[in-house]
Amino acid sequence: MTIDECYQNIGRIADKTNAFITVISKAEAVKKMQHAKSFLSGVPFVLKDSYVTKHIKTTAASNVLKDYLPQYSATVYRRLEGAGAILLGKMNMDAWGHGGTSENTDFGPVKNPWDLTRVAGGSGGGPAVAVVTDCADFAIGEDTGGSIRNPAAWCGITGLKVTYGRVSRYGCIAYASSFDTVGPTARTAQQCARILRVIAGKDPYDATSSNKPVPDYVGQLKKPLGKLTIGWPKELFGEGLDWEIKIAIEQARRELEKHGIKIKEISMPLFSYGVPVYYIIAPSETSSNLGRYDGVRFGNGRENFTSETKRRIMVGTYALSAGYYDAYYKKAQQVRTLFIKEYAKALSECDMVLMPVNPTPPPKIGELINDPVKKLLADYYTTSQNPVGVPSLALPCGFTRSGLPIGMQLVGKMFSEDLLLQVGYRYQQATDWHTRKPKL
Amino acid sequence: MDIKHVAKLANLPLTADEEKRFSAQLTAILNLVSQLQKVPTKNVVPTSQVTGQENVFRDDKIETERILTQDEALSNAKKTYNGYFVVPRIFKNDH
Repeated sequence: MTIDECYQNIGRIADKTNAFITVISKAEAVKKMQHAKSFLSGVPFVLKDSYVTKHIKTTAASNVLKDYLPQYSATVYRRLEGAGAILLGKMNMDAWGHGGTSENTDFGPVKNPWDLTRVAGGSGGGPAVAVVTDCADFAIGEDTGGSIRNPAAWCGITGLKVTYGRVSRYGCIAYASSFDTVGPTARTAQQCARILRVIAGKDPYDATSSNKPVPDYVGQLKKPLGKLTIGWPKELFGEGLDWEIKIAIEQARRELEKHGIKIKEISMPLFSYGVPVYYIIAPSETSSNLGRYDGVRFGNGRENFTSETKRRIMVGTYALSAGYYDAYYKKAQQVRTLFIKEYAKALSECDMVLMPVNPTPPPKIGELINDPVKKLLADYYTTSQNPVGVPSLALPCGFTRSGLPIGMQLVGKMFSEDLLLQVGYRYQQATDWHTRKPKL
Repeated sequence: MDIKHVAKLANLPLTADEEKRFSAQLTAILNLVSQLQKVPTKNVVPTSQVTGQENVFRDDKIETERILTQDEALSNAKKTYNGYFVVPRIFKNDH
């Protein structure tokens, strides 16, 4: 899309959806257009407001940082700018990544463009809305327990949670450091491949970034698929899953079979423990990461955290406190080890696993906000991958009868983004769910 | 859960209303995550990270590219004095 088209769309949807926290002025954006041709020259994009951008307000959607002007920039932002991409805005989200609906924000809830009375998903609701409403060609999200995949599925776009360490986290405001991943979200798997090529790879500023070589994700998309087996964990398609989502994914399964992919039923009996593992370890890490916000060197005082953030800090503090550490934190870290084995076993029987992203279509705004436990269960399908580190590609695969998007995810082996994107590309050549646009 | 104690450990100022509300909500969350007690984990080694890396070193050199000037470092502070951050007092006067 051209920069002009994007700004027209921003003008049209920003107030209606509340997706933006900061819009970069058009004059400022145009100034950054480079004459030299490079890989993403002139491609407009937005960032979740969890990435520090030098001299551009960065809030993590929290009043704690509402007037924070970073003195440096995140690696992912620097790499994209270096490749010629143009930043148009910083997007609304659940504050600090704490949530799955983009309602836990001090900047007002993000509304779903397919039905403005419903949530856009979270924590990266704003980035997903920007992509599906053509305010940008792509967005950079951050996935700790579904924050890229969940809004991608509820908004009808493609989102990639990368392998832990595939993309540098330097300058990404930390939620849970051992789960946090930086990844692209766009209309298509092909676009995600193009972006990943630019942002992946070792960064001396992030010691956890991997030094594994970065494959030619784009070049590999069109290669023959070869003999592939996709696992179908039968217990994940039972009770608790909305029937329309189930039917849509069964249809996608048949589509994949048409391409010669073998579907194999597998079992993941530990899967339902993903939510408790996540909701002990992530709050523990966040209680430590958010300890630095004291309003002294930057930002405002701790009374400014939202209720959801205060709850997570306290759950984590409790799980790490003397007398409870073994029963909660250590126990969760042990079950994390079992999860790694569970995924290794599943992925030894197949090349990737197909599963839902959300148990239900997007709920109404306000429906989950006062029920913290129900809200946790909405993350059922997306929390167990992060403790393990495996990559997952969320793809649009249908709509409910009432016109709400449905997504599915392909979960792969460590560093198998190339294969996931290849299958995603093939699926999107044969389907048009990812091309549909909400009427706003 | 002793909500006041945990809030103190977390350095979170809570209102009386928040103490009451969070108390019930946190109990519900802890009940949910306590399901983990059902999973046998005897002799299972805990996992704290999945990078697959060990001993990541860098050269012991100053990275001038990343150094902030004093003005830049102070640029987001609400209170500064002579080029320093002003921090809340931690000792009482009467000792």
